[in-house]
Amino acid sequence: MSGLAYDGTAMLGRQLRRMRNNPGLLILTQTMPVTMLLFFGYVFGSALAMPGPEYRSFLVPGLLVATAANGIMTGMFQAAQDTHRGVMDRFRTLPMSRAAVPLGQAAADVLVTAAGTVPLLLVGLAVGWRIEGSAAGAAGAVGLLLLFRAAMTWIGIFLGLLTRNEEAAGQLGGATFLLPLLSNAYIPADGLPGWLRTVAEWNPISAVSTALRDLFGNAPVPGSAAWPVAHPVAGSLAWCLVLLAVFLPLAVRQYAHGRH
Amino acid sequence: MTTTYAVLSEGLEKRFGQVRAVRGLDLAVARGTVCGILGPNGAGKTTAVRLLTTLLRPDAGSARIAGHDLVRQAAAVRRSIGVTGQYASVDGDLTGRENLRLFARLHRVRGPAQRAGELLDRFGLAEAADRPVSTYSGGMRRRLDLAASLVRRPEVLFLDEPTTGLDPASRNRIWDAVRELKAQGTTVLLTTQYLEEADRLADDIALVDRGRVARTGSPARFKALIGAHVEVVVADADVLTGAADVLGRLTGGRPAFDRERSAVGAVTGDPALTLPRLVREMDAAGVPLLDASVRPPTLDDVFLRLTEDLAGDRTDGPADDEERAA
Repeated sequence: MSGLAYDGTAMLGRQLRRMRNNPGLLILTQTMPVTMLLFFGYVFGSALAMPGPEYRSFLVPGLLVATAANGIMTGMFQAAQDTHRGVMDRFRTLPMSRAAVPLGQAAADVLVTAAGTVPLLLVGLAVGWRIEGSAAGAAGAVGLLLLFRAAMTWIGIFLGLLTRNEEAAGQLGGATFLLPLLSNAYIPADGLPGWLRTVAEWNPISAVSTALRDLFGNAPVPGSAAWPVAHPVAGSLAWCLVLLAVFLPLAVRQYAHGRH
Repeated sequence: MTTTYAVLSEGLEKRFGQVRAVRGLDLAVARGTVCGILGPNGAGKTTAVRLLTTLLRPDAGSARIAGHDLVRQAAAVRRSIGVTGQYASVDGDLTGRENLRLFARLHRVRGPAQRAGELLDRFGLAEAADRPVSTYSGGMRRRLDLAASLVRRPEVLFLDEPTTGLDPASRNRIWDAVRELKAQGTTVLLTTQYLEEADRLADDIALVDRGRVARTGSPARFKALIGAHVEVVVADADVLTGAADVLGRLTGGRPAFDRERSAVGAVTGDPALTLPRLVREMDAAGVPLLDASVRPPTLDDVFLRLTEDLAGDRTDGPADDEERAA
């Protein structure tokens, strides 16, 4: 296990150096949510029944979670890109842990996500969002967000290693853009027609968005909702752990098998 | 057995769908020697290397690398080997120095930064050390690739076509490094399409054809097997068959036609078949010649000749043990 930690740290260093040498994608993924906050908060928000300031406080946690869901796309893209690189052959012939390469990718992604929440939260503060709960609650919210991002990234890494197709990752990026639209990330799910509301409330993004709103103290937990939304923190943890338990081993196995 | 052979494989098989890329590979490479795997494109050389370096799992057969079982002791095998693939197995997004430091770290080398510096100097990459590898020339990449396989001196080094497409200066640098490694006791298994490369570096050659070792022996033995390539160009396409008959009689080989050029050629092992004799014989048979040549064989000729022989004695099985142990 210490071998895995050592190799994983080395691979984390590799990922971070790659991002430093090639910052383009990073800048794009970090500025996108800020743009969306302003766009949704002032343009679409103006047509909602909820008053503007209240909606923007509601929106910031939802946007954090919607952005974290993009981990499926970026994880898939990077993993697929790596499968075509000769350097993967070298890693596979080195006496290193089989899990180190995907682990390094996931760890780098979570670190970058953590850094990426800062600009979004700063702009959030500027448009009226506040931490209305305890500091411990806020720390828990950030921790939960990163756990969710890790789950999304591992799904992406598995899909990338499975398909080995960067173009497919790009196309899936369009689909992952739709996922938050079928949740309560941007709007409350209470007003949705019955069956659609059920789908939205069982969307993991809804549980995590509700949990963040609860922990930041931005909005109350909806009274009558599906279990993961009615018990958002437990629901979010359950979603994240189940997804990780399924996709992390699948991704590691897929990496170890390589082109067999 | 395991103490004398650094690489020992028996009946190694790998199929991709319907294609049997490697079918019964028997290979024995003595410790501290350089073995050249020679074969045409598609012979299964790269698949063989990928099997022997744990990148692919064999469908059948077994192998021991530095005494470790290829499948059951894959981790120990990986600790004993260095691999430089046909395609640059370094990270293009990192600098040369970052690459070597990363691999040194993963190999648990003490002082990875210092080791990276030494290797960059040794392979003439010190000036480019802090540039991303994506800006390197092909020769520089290949040198870095070899350096990456040497961060910790491997017991067995696998080089898959290490000099294909390189300029002579880069090629010589890699050849020097291989000789140096051999002098230090490293076993080297290299695949190549170049007879010259195998001749210069290898103690033994294993000729691979259609996924199996077709023949083994020293470079000198191979050269003795291969004669000259004889070709004639005729004035009139009608006499091409006549020319081929004469050529077949003189060489004992099977003539190969190049009808567009009205030419026919064959390989001979007979040193007495000189150009004047060839011309006299053609003249005596009434074949009007435009051109004639007797020249050292290309690798294509070697394969033509050797694989032709094999078609005849395939039932005898692979080359005998005496030759392999040599």
